[in-house]
Amino acid sequence: MSGTPEPGRHRAAANESYRLPPPMFDARCRACWFIAGLVLLTVASFWSLDLQWAKFLSAESMGRMGRFLAELLDPATDPAFVAKLSKAAIETLAMSAVGTLIALVFGLLLAVPASRTHADDRAFWREPTRLVLNVLRSIPELVWAAMLLISAGLGPLAGTLALGMHTTGVLGRLFAEAIENAPPGPSFALRVQGVPPGRVLLYATLPQVLPQLMSYTLYRWENNIRAAAVLGVVGAGGLGQMLAFHMGLFQMSETSSVLIAMIGLVAMVDLLSYFSRRVMSR
Amino acid sequence: MTPDAALSIGTPARRDPAWLRRLAWAAFALVLLVPALVASEFTPWVLLDPDNLRITQRFLADFFPPKLEPAFLKMVAIETWRTVAIATAGIALALLLAIPLTLLSTSALSISALPGRMDRLPFVFRTAIRWLLIVLRSVPELIWALVFVRVVGLGPTAGVLAIALTYSGMLGKVYGEILESGEQHATASLLRNGASRTQAFFYGLMPQSAAELTSYTVYRWECAIRSSAVLGFVGAGGLGQQMDTSMKMFAGGEVATMLVVFVALVWLADLASAWLRRSLG
Repeated sequence: MSGTPEPGRHRAAANESYRLPPPMFDARCRACWFIAGLVLLTVASFWSLDLQWAKFLSAESMGRMGRFLAELLDPATDPAFVAKLSKAAIETLAMSAVGTLIALVFGLLLAVPASRTHADDRAFWREPTRLVLNVLRSIPELVWAAMLLISAGLGPLAGTLALGMHTTGVLGRLFAEAIENAPPGPSFALRVQGVPPGRVLLYATLPQVLPQLMSYTLYRWENNIRAAAVLGVVGAGGLGQMLAFHMGLFQMSETSSVLIAMIGLVAMVDLLSYFSRRVMSR
Repeated sequence: MTPDAALSIGTPARRDPAWLRRLAWAAFALVLLVPALVASEFTPWVLLDPDNLRITQRFLADFFPPKLEPAFLKMVAIETWRTVAIATAGIALALLLAIPLTLLSTSALSISALPGRMDRLPFVFRTAIRWLLIVLRSVPELIWALVFVRVVGLGPTAGVLAIALTYSGMLGKVYGEILESGEQHATASLLRNGASRTQAFFYGLMPQSAAELTSYTVYRWECAIRSSAVLGFVGAGGLGQQMDTSMKMFAGGEVATMLVVFVALVWLADLASAWLRRSLG
């Protein structure tokens, strides 16, 4: 980890390739300091958190955990509830799709000012737009959802908009990087002919990066289905909202069904993406 | 001379040759979009409803100025540290679980696979462990947190356990992939010459993938910080829990301060992790 030392600077050995490792806690041993810092951080974390292992491992909470798991083994399967559940599952899928679509549109709109397309481009809006994208991106979906609940009320709308906000940040940045890294030839050819920047983007840059943008979008959609499933626990619609509702009322068999649906949905997405990746990379 | 004329060499098709296919796909997407919009109750105009608009305005107006009282700032600092600590402790426990599971499941350390195919029993065993990792990974940490909050009560314990379980699955799976994608020659030679599996791991497999393994772990630590803030919303301690409380009280100023601190925290973790990964090469 500390890299190959330059000759003569570390303890010399007779043979170049059998050099001894630097001594522990030598000022140059970055790996040692890194590990020491890591151990310190970990110890401080455990020490400061007053984790209740005794409570967690006590017979009482083990019993509670056991009872909880036993109750989960009896999922509710009456047709009316299953119908409600599948409606929530479809709602989750729809939330993720619409949220990703919003992000696709706004991500692209923001990615254009956030990218410097050629060396002479002053790109005045690059830094401000990137700041906006970074803020959008670093606030997780769930936090956005909790905030949007205030203005959009309980229900899937807040969740959809929250997914859209966070994903706009993620996609905007990825799109901007894709646009900046596009091969410069075609856009240069158009620019020297006096084609205005908007058309250069439409006819030279975008066609080149479109496949990459699509693959980023699909990848984020996959992530968003997973996020949408749990997003609802703050009240933002979909399976998560059902989970929070039934868990709050201690209706364990309903909770169990919702959990199964949730994990099933996530597993299905994982499987689909795994197989489609395999098919496409073949 | 218009640019169109300048670029036309020969006679290109006047119309997009693939227009029919594009139109069909666009129509198909629209047909799918309508039920999706209905199912997700996508009615953004409720945001402009006078009642909602008033609440939003009051909440947003409260954002400025952010609350900066010393007592509040001290609380935010403590909660921020707790968020980092939950992530770090969670990752540490996840490693305790992930490393043994990786060693048990990686086919790079299989002795029976040295001549060719792995024997049936070790294969079944390794596949079973891999499935366990997939199951651990595919249950979102928020669900684990909800479950553990029920069992151990509100507080950081639930957050640490939730991160530990989900991230052990993620780490274990990717560790396995990293170990198997590396050069197998040294490990195989050690095993063939009678080294134990532990020796083969420490002297053959680990040295060449150490940087990649560390860099992935650091990246996951960064992700864990983000998710430990989120876990607070279901009562697992840290910044998220305080944010949730402030939002429920419509205390815009407090939310603003915490959001700024949170964005800064994510940004710092991002910088630290990028620096570490760069120095690992």
